[in-house]
Amino acid sequence: MIAFQNVYKKYNGHEALIDVSFRISPKEFVSLVGRSGAGKSTVIKMLIGEEKPTSGRVTFGRYDVNKVRPKDLPQLRRHIGTIFQDFRLLPNKTAAENVSFALEVASRSEKEIEELVPEVLDLVGLSDKAGNFISELSGGEKQRVAIARAMVNRPEVIVADEPTGNLDPFNSLEIINLLKKINDLGTTVILATHNKDIVNQLGRRVLTMENGRLIRDEENGRYSLA
Amino acid sequence: MATAIYRIIKHALEHLWRQRLLSVATLVVMVMTLFAFGSLIVGNHILTSALNSIQEKIDISVYFKTTTPEDQILNIQKTLQQMSQVKSVQYISNAQALQIFEQQHANDPTISQALNELGTNPLSASLNIKANNPNDYPVIANYLNGSQVSGLVENVSYNQNQLVIKRLAEIINISREAGLILTIILAFAATLIAFNTILIAIYSNREEVEIMRFVGASNTFISGPYIIEGVVYGIIAAVISLLILTPVVFVISPYMQVFIPGFSLQQYFIGNLVLLFLYEIIFGSVIGIISGMIALRRYLKK
Repeated sequence: MIAFQNVYKKYNGHEALIDVSFRISPKEFVSLVGRSGAGKSTVIKMLIGEEKPTSGRVTFGRYDVNKVRPKDLPQLRRHIGTIFQDFRLLPNKTAAENVSFALEVASRSEKEIEELVPEVLDLVGLSDKAGNFISELSGGEKQRVAIARAMVNRPEVIVADEPTGNLDPFNSLEIINLLKKINDLGTTVILATHNKDIVNQLGRRVLTMENGRLIRDEENGRYSLA
Repeated sequence: MATAIYRIIKHALEHLWRQRLLSVATLVVMVMTLFAFGSLIVGNHILTSALNSIQEKIDISVYFKTTTPEDQILNIQKTLQQMSQVKSVQYISNAQALQIFEQQHANDPTISQALNELGTNPLSASLNIKANNPNDYPVIANYLNGSQVSGLVENVSYNQNQLVIKRLAEIINISREAGLILTIILAFAATLIAFNTILIAIYSNREEVEIMRFVGASNTFISGPYIIEGVVYGIIAAVISLLILTPVVFVISPYMQVFIPGFSLQQYFIGNLVLLFLYEIIFGSVIGIISGMIALRRYLKK
């Protein structure tokens, strides 16, 4: 359902991706590992249509990312929940409002919003912080709000770009457990990380990148970069 | 659709309130801009009225020889009235002239005595001519000094006042042009400042715009609230700036009346308040909307 076919990407003379090909089936949990600059973020950006390949093809379900018009990008992004290292929450809104914003942009009704928001906040364990502004939350709580926002539209895929990068080991573990839970509920999860412990503990498929190339693709993979 | 509009307005008002400090700062600049805008409109009206009132005072009088028959004078009046440069021609017969003269010197017994002794009316009939534009007096004077008319004429006041009229006409022209240029410059400066303020306000929200894009918000949904905010700034600033301008007008109005007889700034202001308010709202909102769209275009582009 997600496919990269011989994807090549060049930025101002620098080769970010070289001949990258892989497929991800529905309901998979895939870790994307590699050092900084290995090309993980470029892969993520192509998935959400932020970048287009120089050559090769990226498809997501019925969308051909090369050909998506800027006008249709919002549509594509509603099928993908995105989680970032720096949370990217709206600072002037409360936890609940941040989650409901994702529903509002997808034109969901007020009634649905009233039902869904408490439900997902409960799922990430933040029912009691619903009315708090983002600045009043801890790092781990912020990332849980971001997860709630990413999953509230029931996307087919959740893409997490270094979601534990700013968190302590305890909070990191909680976030990964949440992602596993979401995966168990039937959502594809793509996790870009360079946290060795997490990858080894997950025991799921691992795509390893180095210098813009995909060098390993293993089921039950391990983090094996020196 | 209705839900989308409701949500856009909700987000706009929420955003305005939660970024109070930024909102107030932006609003203050907008108020100053619209105050300047309103003052320029009022100031322009004062200048125009003052210049018109000065212009009203310029005229040419033609005094006819006492021997000139009245019907010939009336003929000249008709010809003058047909000239495009002429605004009005007033005929003052020698009897009327005498009456005016007597009234003016009613308290001076020597003059009335002298007139009585004279027995006949020594004053000449005259035409009092006002031009549409002070620059046109030379044309009118030319006609009066022409061979057709000059034989009947005793004296044309323009010939003595020519220099003064010319200079006054120049001063009026320059004042009008200067007023217009000054208005344009000030309006431009004020607009630019308001523009910049809103651009900066949105610049400080560029991260928010980015986040909304990632969540899958359409451009309309992202820019809508900012545009509504621009309109809200425009309306509030229009109200506040008029609330400041009103007492200012009421205070200076009596002074203006001293300078320009028969001119009531207060009356003009009240008479045009609704129009002025409308102008300010439109001007303010347009600044808000356009600057908002310019700023957003940069962050929405990708």
